[in-house]
Amino acid sequence: VADLKNPAVDVDAALLERLRAGDEDAFMTLVDRYGPLMLRIALTHVRSRAIAEDVVQEAWLGVLQGLDRFEGRSSLKTWILRIVANRARTRGEREARSVPLSSLGGDEDGPAVDPDRFFGADDPRYPGGWSSPPQSWPEERVLAAETLEQVRAAIAKLPPRQQEVIVLRDVEGWEPEEVSEALELTPGNQRVLLHRARSKVRNELEHYLDGVAA
Amino acid sequence: MREPIIPGGISCRELVELVTAYLDRALAAEEMARMDAHLKLCGPCWTYVEQVRTTVRLVAVATAELEQRPDRDALLRAFRGFR
Repeated sequence: VADLKNPAVDVDAALLERLRAGDEDAFMTLVDRYGPLMLRIALTHVRSRAIAEDVVQEAWLGVLQGLDRFEGRSSLKTWILRIVANRARTRGEREARSVPLSSLGGDEDGPAVDPDRFFGADDPRYPGGWSSPPQSWPEERVLAAETLEQVRAAIAKLPPRQQEVIVLRDVEGWEPEEVSEALELTPGNQRVLLHRARSKVRNELEHYLDGVAA
Repeated sequence: MREPIIPGGISCRELVELVTAYLDRALAAEEMARMDAHLKLCGPCWTYVEQVRTTVRLVAVATAELEQRPDRDALLRAFRGFR
């Protein structure tokens, strides 16, 4: 059945047909389309580029092995992404065992904003209101090269699951449903991971930009 | 004695935890309306939401130039080996 809303589905179907027939060009088209994203997802879980390349290659073999079982119930991109994310997680866990637990960075997360920046819930005038409100960011600073460097550093510090979600949502522009499907998350968990990731990046940016202004 | 001020019935501290759901329009209609009401009256929260929007934009911009491509030749060899 043609999906009128999403022409990519038909293009994918044609590519899959050629891929099943062993067409190298079809394979390389898919590699060029999804390879960079797969590498990025792999790098959220493993430390080195070499291992990430390995994970991507394993994932492609998984894709080829699974081709005959792929029924198009999910889209090709979410299916491929799920395969690479699973492989990367397995490899990441394997690597993680050899490093001390303390350096793993637990997933226990606090609130989006430091509670000290709000009045108490029993404040007579502004219960739960800002006591130390955010200051608007100077536009010319926002897009400065150093600011972008801060953003990259903040993303790199996030736990892998949060990185996966923020990359798919905010870099790739995927819909929440697609991300939930690819990463096998409930809609609620998908949102919690995105919320934590964005909140932390915003905090780091605020810290940096307020410091610059001061 | 003056009444406490809680615009839209949501405190600022609560609002910052709902921003992601709000931007996805994933809140119930009534809650969306309360968020809108709060944001209309509260400058600091409006600034906060703008900062989150800016953050989303910057995440996209900052990582765009990082794009790396996997080793095509190695993948092609793997593909030939698989067949």
